[in-house]
Amino acid sequence: MPMASTLHGSLANKLPSNVSCTHLDLGAVDWQSALTELKAMGATFLTVWGADNCGRDNGYSIHAAFLTSAGVEVLSHRIENVANPSYPSIAPLFPAASRMERATRDLLGIASTGPDRQPDQRGWYRHNGWPANTYPLRHNNPHLEPRAPNPGPDNPYPFVQVEGDGVHEIAVGPVHAGTIEPGHFRFSVVGEKVIRLEERLGYTHKGVAKLFETLSQKQGHRLAARLSGDSAVAFSWAYCAAIEAITAATVPPRAVYLRALALEHERLANHLGDLGALGNDAGFSFGLTQFSRLKEDLLRANLEAFGERYLFNYILPGGVALNLPQSVYAHLVHLYRALDYEVAGMQSIYDEHGGLQDRFRETGLLSHGLALSLGAIGLVARASGIGRDLRVDHPWAPYDKMATQMVLETGGDVAARVLVRFREIYESLRLCRALLADLSHNSIEATPVACDLAVAEPNRLGIGLIEGWRGPVMIALETGADGAVRRCHSHDPSWQNWPLIEHAIIDNIVPDFPLINKSFNLSYSGQDG
Amino acid sequence: MFTILSRMIHTGILTEPLPTVAVGAPSTEALQRSLWKVLGRALCIRHVDAGSCNGCELEIQALNNPYYNIEGTGIKFVASPRHADLLLVTGPVSVNMEGALRRTYDAIPDPKLVVAVGDCGACGGIFGQSYASWGSIANVIPVNHTVTGCPPTPAALLAGILQAIAASGAEV
Repeated sequence: MPMASTLHGSLANKLPSNVSCTHLDLGAVDWQSALTELKAMGATFLTVWGADNCGRDNGYSIHAAFLTSAGVEVLSHRIENVANPSYPSIAPLFPAASRMERATRDLLGIASTGPDRQPDQRGWYRHNGWPANTYPLRHNNPHLEPRAPNPGPDNPYPFVQVEGDGVHEIAVGPVHAGTIEPGHFRFSVVGEKVIRLEERLGYTHKGVAKLFETLSQKQGHRLAARLSGDSAVAFSWAYCAAIEAITAATVPPRAVYLRALALEHERLANHLGDLGALGNDAGFSFGLTQFSRLKEDLLRANLEAFGERYLFNYILPGGVALNLPQSVYAHLVHLYRALDYEVAGMQSIYDEHGGLQDRFRETGLLSHGLALSLGAIGLVARASGIGRDLRVDHPWAPYDKMATQMVLETGGDVAARVLVRFREIYESLRLCRALLADLSHNSIEATPVACDLAVAEPNRLGIGLIEGWRGPVMIALETGADGAVRRCHSHDPSWQNWPLIEHAIIDNIVPDFPLINKSFNLSYSGQDG
Repeated sequence: MFTILSRMIHTGILTEPLPTVAVGAPSTEALQRSLWKVLGRALCIRHVDAGSCNGCELEIQALNNPYYNIEGTGIKFVASPRHADLLLVTGPVSVNMEGALRRTYDAIPDPKLVVAVGDCGACGGIFGQSYASWGSIANVIPVNHTVTGCPPTPAALLAGILQAIAASGAEV
């Protein structure tokens, strides 16, 4: 990207990645102006992370990644003030950064500073489980391992209060009524109408960033697959893409195609599950029954094709765990045809069902303008008219040969998010058929399905970026000496989209919240880390 | 309405027999009878995610699909711990969920059956013990039965739930 390199006189380096990725090392002043420029050119904010480099170069560092029309732009800034580390906040320009900055402060004690108002000082990851002013990602924190003394009951969390006649609060969670993940929602309502929602997450924080540092580069994919179970393929692929880019590995073409097949199966499984649950949340249990059987058919085919129902162990550095058994081709062809037919039939039932459409339409509206200004990404953005899909915009292998069609809807309501899922199912099935045809015609080299990786040089930063079913998932991996992981930052698109639900719910009624929440279907675990 | 009905008829009944457990393969009717004998009603399960990656949740949800049809056997998931006989817990227990898990456990009426789900629930799994994770469920609340797997299959979950009931005294 020419802009920053010419304007700041800093030379943009290429970073190892599966997509085009440039890197700028900036001072605090340049950091601020690079943010301003990225905002002006319409970049999408992806993620921010910090690192403790005190042992190596006497300071901390802060990094931020953005999606631009050219690819990924990574900004880095070295923080020399070790006593009081801070950096100029990203949130005033890119509001999606706000919670990530709070999480960075909880983990590393690096604070963001605003130009005019103080950033939110409340903790995000640290509820009360470990002592204040103790930062897990700082090195030399022996008293944090393995069990911290529990300082006592939860601190009260200062939710923003809404005052006025007839306003009352409804507190929901962290344990919810269904088989779902934990998080807290605080509604301020008048009658049935929601006038404010505030989320508090971080309940499933498991310290994955710290855990990555205890694993070797060749083990990290196992943890990556378990960051958010519904996105196991996307995260493990992103991790492998990063380490393979750093070591300049040549992954066998057959493995690349198999990874894409696995990724599309993951998209299909989640979309099928969501469409059923969305029908059910609107009182149409027939939808849940039908879609949950279709999903089960797909999971059973996964077991046959990839050796497991959920692909936690399929993608590994250098390739995949198994070749596709010969016996499974005919079954998959049949499955794709059946799914196409069944889902199209279900779509016409959903479309023509008055009661269902009444619940879906104009519910949980996220306008194009709001989605754009708050930095929505992934499926949710595509339902609000923001056409971004890495498989289309920055296709990595094998998507560079697939001519993936972008699915775009403009409604911004639950109905639009339902429609995006239906249409993405058809497109995924088309991709699956094309991938399977390539695999079965031996048009690409048969076996092997994995290669050995060279030992990575220490202190190399690599980026893996994969369009999962929910949106782009990212792994930023920095190598240590002797095959160790120095720092690994994972990013789930739920970070961007969680705050959007707080807006989409406004003026809707409380009973529509489960429906709206499901139409986003965001990950708690992926966000909580 | 016609298309919905015709699709139902076309789909037919997909429910499969219950999995074989250590004490033999119960028929659905036999299981319903023994549940009736012990509880006098359906077995009610409350699920708590104490910090899982959400993989186990996906397989627990699958228990409700037409193939496993857990409600057809007289077992159902309930929204409140006050209504529950059995607590199904996933995760390693994150330190941020410890309090909520303990409160949920306390809210369940006696006798409390607890089934820990997944490798993480059994031993902490890949997450182990750290500043943010207490590891296995048994480190925080008493556990009656464990179902391993990453994630365990719906059949394994169903078998685990049946074993927990059998061990508690119902003649499955």
